Amino acid sequence: MSAFLIKADDIGLQINQRSILEHISLCLEPGKILTLIGPNGSGKTSLVRVLLGLLQPSEGSLQKKPGLVVGYMPQKLHIDGVLPMTVSRFLHMGQKVSEAEVQATATTLGVANLLPQPIQGVSGGEFQRILLSRALLRKPDLLVLDEPAQGVDINGQQQLYQLISSIRDEYGCGVLMVSHDLHLVMEETDDVLCLNTHICCSGHPEAVSKHPEYLKLFGSSLDGMAVYTHHHDHSHDFHGDETDESKPSAEHKHGSCNHG
Amino acid sequence: MEAVTMDEFIVRALLAGLLVVLVSGPLGCVVIWRRMAYFGDALAHAALLGTAIALMLEVRPLFGVIGIGVVISYLLLRLQLNKDLSSDAILGILSHGALATGLVMMAMMQAQGQRIDLMAYLFGDILSVSWQYLAWLAAVCGLVLLLVHRLWESILAIAVDEELARSEGIAVDRVRLLFMLMMAVLVAVAMKIVGIILITALLIVPAASARRFARSPESMALLAVVFGLLSVSLGVLGSMQWDTPAGPSIVLAAVLLFFVSRLKRAV
Repeated sequence: MSAFLIKADDIGLQINQRSILEHISLCLEPGKILTLIGPNGSGKTSLVRVLLGLLQPSEGSLQKKPGLVVGYMPQKLHIDGVLPMTVSRFLHMGQKVSEAEVQATATTLGVANLLPQPIQGVSGGEFQRILLSRALLRKPDLLVLDEPAQGVDINGQQQLYQLISSIRDEYGCGVLMVSHDLHLVMEETDDVLCLNTHICCSGHPEAVSKHPEYLKLFGSSLDGMAVYTHHHDHSHDFHGDETDESKPSAEHKHGSCNHG
Repeated sequence: MEAVTMDEFIVRALLAGLLVVLVSGPLGCVVIWRRMAYFGDALAHAALLGTAIALMLEVRPLFGVIGIGVVISYLLLRLQLNKDLSSDAILGILSHGALATGLVMMAMMQAQGQRIDLMAYLFGDILSVSWQYLAWLAAVCGLVLLLVHRLWESILAIAVDEELARSEGIAVDRVRLLFMLMMAVLVAVAMKIVGIILITALLIVPAASARRFARSPESMALLAVVFGLLSVSLGVLGSMQWDTPAGPSIVLAAVLLFFVSRLKRAV
């Protein structure tokens, strides 16, 4: 087995003289989940598009395992109402999969009852799971998920991330996902890469969550960023009470810095 | 004997119409799924220029039309690179630019004494179809249909989302190029049926009529063929009955059928 699925070496990307990505090196491995986090406009989606081969990088090199099969779940996909298509037809489209496989995958993701429905009629969360079903039906070596939890409520998000992690266990595929909220994906990801045009910091989720670069970007102590503070309030609800979390974070901060 | 020849040319016209709508049905669906109606228009208008060039070079109009289709597509891609003009503006320029050039060229050729039936190109001439032309039409349409069939899943995937298709390893650029060539071929053969001015109507109207009755992309394509066939039959018979030009009569029938199709409730 090849050691990597995709290896990016010193990738740079400029669009209209604007630097979108700088000096990005990373390695996607089988059976590993790598989460990309970063603020809006930090180049997460651009990086994903470069790795998928949808965008040519201006600098650097990209190596792919020969015959790599990618299951891609885009951030947004709009299927116009002028195209009549059921969920089932969408899952079958362009791939040789049996009815039983479609049924089984759709059942795993809880969308089996939607199979005969027109795809334009499903809700946002359902559509995300349909997209994920399609990606899985390709039997991918690598699953690429751009904001998979979009339009899914906070409870559903946790479930979705757990599902992704169990898919990884079952299929042994590598996973690259983009997320806004580190605390939500923390337990399910192996590595985190914090992006803001360049790689700010990377490593294990615990370490990244306490890294000064990460804190500078997402500022758990910044009250000014109402949106993020709000998110963190919610994640505390899931992870336990707040005092438990704030104390060790102060101690661990130094530890992770020394490591980095 | 008179009655026999009369019947024959109607039969030939209907057969020609059938062959063309077999192709225009599925392609027309793709055109409305991918919002390519303007592109179809540009190809159709450019077909007059293609025909003029073919007449000058003394080759089959089909080759001139395909050639100019390639040129138009290439220019479109080039002009789209700078994002300071929208696609519909660029297409409008190319479309009318090609039409005007074609008209000027044809007028110059007419002035030099060449006999050109401009009206036949603009509005079609389905009633003058010969058996020989029918055979040629059957071969060309058969080839295009075969290609549509082979590329169907890829075409669908691209219609759903180009990036998703690309990420799944579909050769998007190649399929798009082939689709463009098929469109050019269709325009070349449909010119004889409804004329270049109304070709886009033959593409999009039956497909639009089919939408409300279809639950899958395939049934929509099939129903578009049925609506196309009805339009051609009604149009040809109507033009015989009321002595109206065949091309516009076919399109008029298609449009009437479209409004009838809208009587069905949306699901």
